[in-house]
Amino acid sequence: MSKTLVEKIWDAHVVKSEEGFPDILYIDTHLIHEVTSPQAFDGLRKRGLPVLRPKQTVATADHNVPTLNQLLPIKEELSRYQVDMLTKNCAEFGIELYGLGHPFQGIVHVIGPELGITLPGKTMVCGDSHTSTHGAFGAIAFGIGTSQVEQVFATQCLLQSKPKTMKIEVNGELGQGVGAKDIILYIIAQISAAGGTGYFIEYAGSAIEALSMEARMTICNMSIEMGARGGLIAPDQTTFDYIKGREFAPAGEEWDKALAYWKTLYSDADAKFDSVLTFDAADIAPMITYGTNPGMGMGIQEYIPATGAQPEKEKLSYQKALDYMGFDDDSSLIGKPVDYVFIGSCTNSRIEDLREVADFVKDKRKADNVTVWIVPGSKQVEQQAKNEGLDKIFEAAGFQLREPGCSACLGMNEDKIPAGKYCVSTSNRNFEGRQGQNARTLLASPLTAAAAAVTGKITDVREMLTPNP
Amino acid sequence: MKKFTKLTSAVVPLNIENIDTDQIIPARFLKATTREGFGENLFRDWRYENDNQPKADFVLNNPTYSGQILVAGKNFGCGSSREHAAWAIQDAGFDAVISSFFADIFKGNALNNGLLPIQVSEEFLAQIFKAVDNNAKSALEVDLENQTVTIVETGAQESFEINPYKKSCLINGYDDIDFILNQKQLIEEFEQAR
Repeated sequence: MSKTLVEKIWDAHVVKSEEGFPDILYIDTHLIHEVTSPQAFDGLRKRGLPVLRPKQTVATADHNVPTLNQLLPIKEELSRYQVDMLTKNCAEFGIELYGLGHPFQGIVHVIGPELGITLPGKTMVCGDSHTSTHGAFGAIAFGIGTSQVEQVFATQCLLQSKPKTMKIEVNGELGQGVGAKDIILYIIAQISAAGGTGYFIEYAGSAIEALSMEARMTICNMSIEMGARGGLIAPDQTTFDYIKGREFAPAGEEWDKALAYWKTLYSDADAKFDSVLTFDAADIAPMITYGTNPGMGMGIQEYIPATGAQPEKEKLSYQKALDYMGFDDDSSLIGKPVDYVFIGSCTNSRIEDLREVADFVKDKRKADNVTVWIVPGSKQVEQQAKNEGLDKIFEAAGFQLREPGCSACLGMNEDKIPAGKYCVSTSNRNFEGRQGQNARTLLASPLTAAAAAVTGKITDVREMLTPNP
Repeated sequence: MKKFTKLTSAVVPLNIENIDTDQIIPARFLKATTREGFGENLFRDWRYENDNQPKADFVLNNPTYSGQILVAGKNFGCGSSREHAAWAIQDAGFDAVISSFFADIFKGNALNNGLLPIQVSEEFLAQIFKAVDNNAKSALEVDLENQTVTIVETGAQESFEINPYKKSCLINGYDDIDFILNQKQLIEEFEQAR
């Protein structure tokens, strides 16, 4: 019988399937961090259980770590306690930890792929909704709650109902200045912040196939922002080339065996999806959000939709969002002054993002009214940026290159945007207060963020690029 | 896990759509390493001014409304997977949340803690809000066994869906770990067969 990619991977991991019950799904890799794991470890202690497969579990500290002076003890007491707790728990339960100071430390969804832990065909979970990032390799990867973290610790399995499948095809060529972040913000704006709920999404089409692995991760990362459990992309030569030679990737005979399996991981030509959507890459402009959920996005030259044009029962929530942002409906954002620019998060903090920004800001300087933070996704990304001299370019531009972590994406550490200030952010959520109490977030691509940093206002980056020959 | 069978209670109405888990419990309160005490920061930034004074116009600060059922607009619990959101709602005294649509992860987290997420139609949700508008003490009756929710005053009733396995977990107070551990041998067999 023909199957979708999700079905192929799912079926290969079902320990037991019984009518009237969720499937018992085997989990290959469990990623953990300091914020959503302590209560799960506590649960194990209360039950007197070990971590069943500690070797299939990898830990890092990312959500609640400072991005300056990481080698000093963490100043804030609660944060220090939480990070110390992770260290203690990992030692007690035999889990490998890439904590602060370790050369592999970084945002959990950045280090998995760069270390070759993320592989096609795997099932992967983490107590973090952006676990969908790993789907870029053709893995089933999704975020879970802390009770489920405890389940995976105790059993290496999860009780899960098989998700519905959706295919989103993006075909054609992207315009200049338009990238993966714009594709995903465009899709979410089209189908809304709840448009993918209940689904696992497979991204396909020529525009997706043309993307690098890092760009594919940006796409899959934001699947949750339309409510989807996860998103994935069939592995291809781009995937295999990326994985080969990485720290924990299979090598030698193991590689040949793995590669042969990976090559079977695609949706059969006549496989049935529960829903199929198709978009044209040429329709996508640099995107920016104007509201308080990621579905409230538009092409940068467009006008904020009129409140009057919203469905009756949604008008109140819509207007509340615009009031929070301090924006008028039916108006343009072009030229709007910006206070902060944040380039980072599991969506856009990889070396290609930093290279793209550096390439754009070379010989330019940030506007005086803007504070710019660049927070690399991992120690390895940070090191690579320095090896390539990107740090010098950022310094000359007045951008501050900090140390790795989730940082201002969720403002759990001290990297917060002050109340009322506008931040163009390459992260994934523009919820009220997400980046700090009463902070106002505008989601955009690294290029659009860099353009705002240089001009000090919302800018169509295409006007600053040398036209393609 | 806390058991759930039947509940009759007034409701706290929050007629806002796309309430994300960052609103339910902001990230800066996720530093605790236990499950308790999140209730006091439930909807923190909607509920309190920056100087910690309660905002009079927020429903949780309005003594007119009380009860163990939170009623909210569609796509409730979207965003971050933080289970702290379910803990916070439960810790603040709620046993059920009603909406016309729930985000997946939140729904799972709620069920794993004995907090019942009840998905009703847009029309029925509007009826509940209207009933509460007319009479703040208007009560709902939730019957998990029969999977119904009833507006007591009007008698209007709707059935809701719930996975039969999850339903039995709630009624009996057992959780997924108990369920899987009882079949641990299957896991080892699966691993050996790969």
